[in-house]
Amino acid sequence: MLEAILVMALGAVVLGAALGYAAVRFRVEGDPLVEKIDAILPQTQCGQCGFPGCKPYAQAIAKGEADINCCPPGGDEGIHKLADLLGREFKSLSAEHGIEKPKSVAVIDEQACIGCTLCIQACPVDAIVGAAKQMHTVVSVQCTGCELCVAPCPVDCIRMVPIQETVDTWKWKYPVVPIRQIA
Amino acid sequence: MMPKLFTFKGGVKPASHKDESADAPIRVAPLPSRLIIPLRQSARAVARCVVEPGQAVRKGEVIAAAEGPMCTAVHAPTSGTVLAIEPQPVPHPSGLPAPSIIIEPDGKDRWIDLTPFDHLAATPQQTRDYLRDCGIVGLGGAGFPSHVKLGPGEKGIDTLIINGAECEPWITCDDRLMRERAEMVLAGAAIMRHVTGARRILVGIEDNKPLAVESMKAAAEKLGESAIDVIAVPTRYPAGGEKQLIRVLTGIEIPYGKLGTHFGVQCFNVGSAHAVFRAIAHGEPLISRILTLSGNMAKPGNFEVLIGTPIRELLPLAEPRADTDRYLMGGPMMGVALQSLDIPVVKGTNCILAGSPTLFPPPPPEMPCIRCGECAKVCPAELQPFQLYWFSRAKIFGKTQEFSLFDCIECGCCSYVCPSRIPLVDYFRFAKGEIWAREKEKAAADVARQRYELRLAREEREKEEKAAKLAAKTAAGREKAAATLAVAEKPAITPEDAAKKALIAAALERAKAQKEQVHPGNENNLTQEQEAEIAAIEARRTEIREMAKPHLRQDD
Repeated sequence: MLEAILVMALGAVVLGAALGYAAVRFRVEGDPLVEKIDAILPQTQCGQCGFPGCKPYAQAIAKGEADINCCPPGGDEGIHKLADLLGREFKSLSAEHGIEKPKSVAVIDEQACIGCTLCIQACPVDAIVGAAKQMHTVVSVQCTGCELCVAPCPVDCIRMVPIQETVDTWKWKYPVVPIRQIA
Repeated sequence: MMPKLFTFKGGVKPASHKDESADAPIRVAPLPSRLIIPLRQSARAVARCVVEPGQAVRKGEVIAAAEGPMCTAVHAPTSGTVLAIEPQPVPHPSGLPAPSIIIEPDGKDRWIDLTPFDHLAATPQQTRDYLRDCGIVGLGGAGFPSHVKLGPGEKGIDTLIINGAECEPWITCDDRLMRERAEMVLAGAAIMRHVTGARRILVGIEDNKPLAVESMKAAAEKLGESAIDVIAVPTRYPAGGEKQLIRVLTGIEIPYGKLGTHFGVQCFNVGSAHAVFRAIAHGEPLISRILTLSGNMAKPGNFEVLIGTPIRELLPLAEPRADTDRYLMGGPMMGVALQSLDIPVVKGTNCILAGSPTLFPPPPPEMPCIRCGECAKVCPAELQPFQLYWFSRAKIFGKTQEFSLFDCIECGCCSYVCPSRIPLVDYFRFAKGEIWAREKEKAAADVARQRYELRLAREEREKEEKAAKLAAKTAAGREKAAATLAVAEKPAITPEDAAKKALIAAALERAKAQKEQVHPGNENNLTQEQEAEIAAIEARRTEIREMAKPHLRQDD
């Protein structure tokens, strides 16, 4: 009887020590869930979800403070991926946060630009170059199409241009069978 | 001695249809009315245009220079004038326009001064650079730059394979080339062997081209080369696929993610060997190629065509029949439908095939997959097309990659045997395109994330710096004020309050001084009358202020 208790107690102590050691040794820094959610988000940094960037939105989703259908640039596909990751039901994009648009880049009308730097301050990814009272321009490969620079421009010289399909970006379409009248 | 041959798994034997065009000798196509030369000659690189509209060019002159490691130069196919540099439809499944140089021929066909290149005196690197500047790319279809393939690779090249298999039905341009210019092809192969340092050359030709095999064997004997083996390989589509031909000739099976060079084998098309010979021995850049016009045509044949010739101007040579309803670029197995006939011939164009409802009937409706496994039996890459189809159709792209989608060579064997007539390759191309697009998007998102984080860090740092600066300034001001106050010593107020007051007083003093310094610019150079007027107005203002004083609140 006593032996059994001692054996069980010893086992508990040994296993407890092993678990305690593992908890310290293999501690996970940061929240891996936030990282995973952030990897799915499109990194447009547009703030349409109501958070100041993709990472804060990811943190809010991880805490359960935000829903998964608030990201218009991610679209339905992004929501599907988030739903899969978090084991939730798919929801269609929430209308109050905007609609999914074709990917665009900002273009500055360089003739009209007065060099106020307001768009440079608004750009979340530093994709606009220029200086005070000098013409500004968008580095289009780095533009995420967040539209945050459009509103601050005092002379309305920034417009969003959808990205045109070129030979390099063209993709094979999903095969469809044309329906024909046979009788 | 007949070396031992190996086999690859799968493959099909479609009707070869080579006889239609194989017997007519190569004819030189007449000069077209204009030439459209795309700057984008392969999927990987765009050359940099070095001519201007209106400029006169001679045949063989460089009109676009190689830029980047995967790029080759582009040359004027004939003498004439550059009309424009503008986007034109290019031979691409999308039919979208891409930047092209348009040349109007002057009809004189004047060459630049041609100087042969002595590859025996040059280092391999110099020869490769020379071939790059001659615009030599693989003429089998993909247009991969030859100077890159001629590089030493990781372990060096032991075996050079010259691909004359030409396994696609209908196409006979390599067949004719080997029959008529066998010596040039082998001389080109010998140059390639010298550049790569290979030990032996294997020429693989499908055994349905006995005349080509004979001609190549005779040429090899004539050259007196013992290390060149011309080998007839069994006719089975796709024996001309690079990995399949390497497998048949050497028995080496190239695994996923590896290339022939990892095993000391490199493979070139016979047309590329011919182009290398012309570049080295005659100094001629790659400005023309041989292509087959066949299918629903009255006079099918092979033609030596200038790069940039619009296909519309080429067709009358073979006289397409009246019921032709579409044209394919490439063979019936892998070719893509032409969106427009204004598309030019490029370096990778090996065949233009005319189709009619009787010759190539439109595909019957797609039926559900019954998982019969026929596609897996014929797949030369040993994949399971029915599984890939399932996941591609359902857009589960991760699974398609698990089933090695990217090993698919899009040969079309699976679609050919499918009893449900499913266009399997279309699904695989779709899935590949989507996966590539997602990878690109992901890379762009990673860059955006990094830039956003860097920006946040910078903003944080700037804020801290500003706060530190401000704190330093205030501290300095307070010390100064406290020092002046220490002299006055008023116990009623604490030194800190006094410091604040002193600071405010100093600021007010500064503001006042600044105000006095500034005076309106329109008060310069005034007449006496105007000065008098101003004085009167000022007097009235003071009067009014005096009058208003009792009515104003105390703190104003």
